[in-house]
Amino acid sequence: MKIWPIFKKEMRLYATSPIAYVVFFIFLVVMGWFFSQILNYFAMASMRSAMNPSMGRDLNVTESVMRPLFGNISVILVLALMPFLTMRLLAEERQTGTIELLLTYPVRDWEVLLGKYLAVFGLYTVLIALTLLYPLMLAYFARLEWGTVLSGYLGLLLMGSSFLAVGLFASSLTVSQIVAAAWTFGILLLLWVIGWGADTLGGTWGKVLQHLSTMEHNDNFAKGVLDTKDVLYYVNLTLLALFLAYRSVEARRWKG
Amino acid sequence: MIEVERLTKHYGPVTAIKDVSFSVAPGQIVGFLGPNGAGKSTTMRILSCFMPASSGSARVAGHDVFRESLEVRRRIGYLPENVPLYTEMRVGPYLEFVAEVKGVSRSDRRRRVADVMDRCRVDDVQNRLIGTLSKGYRQRVGLAQAIVSDPEVLILDEPTIGLDPRQITEIRSLIKSLAGQHTVILSTHILPEVSMVCSGVIIINKGAVVAQGPIDSLVDQFFPTARVEVEIVGPPPAVRDRIRGISGVLSVEDQMVANGAARYVVEAARGRDVRAEIFKLAAQQQWDLLELRRVGMTLEEVFIRIVAGEEGGEAGAAAAEAGA
Repeated sequence: MKIWPIFKKEMRLYATSPIAYVVFFIFLVVMGWFFSQILNYFAMASMRSAMNPSMGRDLNVTESVMRPLFGNISVILVLALMPFLTMRLLAEERQTGTIELLLTYPVRDWEVLLGKYLAVFGLYTVLIALTLLYPLMLAYFARLEWGTVLSGYLGLLLMGSSFLAVGLFASSLTVSQIVAAAWTFGILLLLWVIGWGADTLGGTWGKVLQHLSTMEHNDNFAKGVLDTKDVLYYVNLTLLALFLAYRSVEARRWKG
Repeated sequence: MIEVERLTKHYGPVTAIKDVSFSVAPGQIVGFLGPNGAGKSTTMRILSCFMPASSGSARVAGHDVFRESLEVRRRIGYLPENVPLYTEMRVGPYLEFVAEVKGVSRSDRRRRVADVMDRCRVDDVQNRLIGTLSKGYRQRVGLAQAIVSDPEVLILDEPTIGLDPRQITEIRSLIKSLAGQHTVILSTHILPEVSMVCSGVIIINKGAVVAQGPIDSLVDQFFPTARVEVEIVGPPPAVRDRIRGISGVLSVEDQMVANGAARYVVEAARGRDVRAEIFKLAAQQQWDLLELRRVGMTLEEVFIRIVAGEEGGEAGAAAAEAGA
């Protein structure tokens, strides 16, 4: 098994190139901003309901702070920033020609892909783990429903795993990192909003579109609803994208 | 160690190589020669398992490059033409990565890496980013990654391109030192390099092998004559006729005349040394003999003759086709 050396190499490259630092920096700054705004809003609502206790019945810190926070992480940050982490995985190797050496080392194509995928997934996990600071802070001031929070994080990890796999696939299609990022963002955005057509279409096809939509599946986790169909959706998307990436690398070998 | 049979590769409608066959014996260093675009890199990419051939087969270190690709890849070291390295990695960690991927055991890894860094003389830059290294150092790092797992077969695509003369000499002696334990196939279009480093040569032109074998036998094969150059002061027509009269002489050509002296190129049958007879002839005729020497054929002449001959042949064929 040669996954480990590939994984280490990718991590080393992420550590020496600026892109990962830039993504982390932007992510954390924007996250901080979101969190403080959402929290402010919640604090104001709490204050108002202190004057009028009947309003306070529906106040729930998990529901009002963590759920929108998960929503923001997934849409704006994961969707917009992950393409920048995955774009280099294969496109850069192809651009610089290093793929020619990598693919002539005694390592199977799927080991290369898995090593790269796990590296970027590891990076993503670290990034998401840094946001644990927010629920921990909340827990200090309020009673948090940890089950729901954990389910939200599980959702983020599953969603991230599928997005990163799509990114890896897009990176296998081209020698240009920019093109890879554009493809990734385009595919993910379409998958995100594809459910919007469900109502007008209706019927079976409407249901299909709704099931294809990542947005549809993501919110359930944030609400604390664990459903096998949501889990399977992300797992299937991940496996499909990884499989396509594998075939794409194989096809490129034949083209030379 | 390397057996290639009727290897063909198409890129879409373009045929890069066609029916290429050759073999390399264990422990040999063989030069793979050809003009640019002849198919050298394509052949090497197939041998290194980077891409499959369209048809034909190749066995490297006893395994088929297509069916047992992993087995082949465990036994080769490959240096592609443009030396693609991870510019954002440092030399030491990079070589350790390569050693690990190539399956050098954990206990040997540090020693192997130190050893190749020493052999390729990159130990003084082991903490530098590869991207900041000069071309010569990069080339040596590339060679180091090829030999770090001590492979049976080395496939080197233009290993000395872009280096300064001193670096070229260093790399050559390094490659030469690999003979015996390693089988090396190296491509180049620098002809003297082949005579200096290699024991055998394979010449490829327009995607097909046009000649192969030990360098001496190739020279014999393409120049089946012994050549002597003479400079004589004497009347050129008479000199020419008398020399032609010597038995075994096939042709005499006078090249240039200055101050009454003329230079003649004498071609005699192979194995026939006509120098003594020319000397006696000059003495007898009282011509002044200024110079008399045997001229060796170089690989360069063989190469040019083969490649030019090919081209002439093709042009002729094309003309014939156009005529029909």
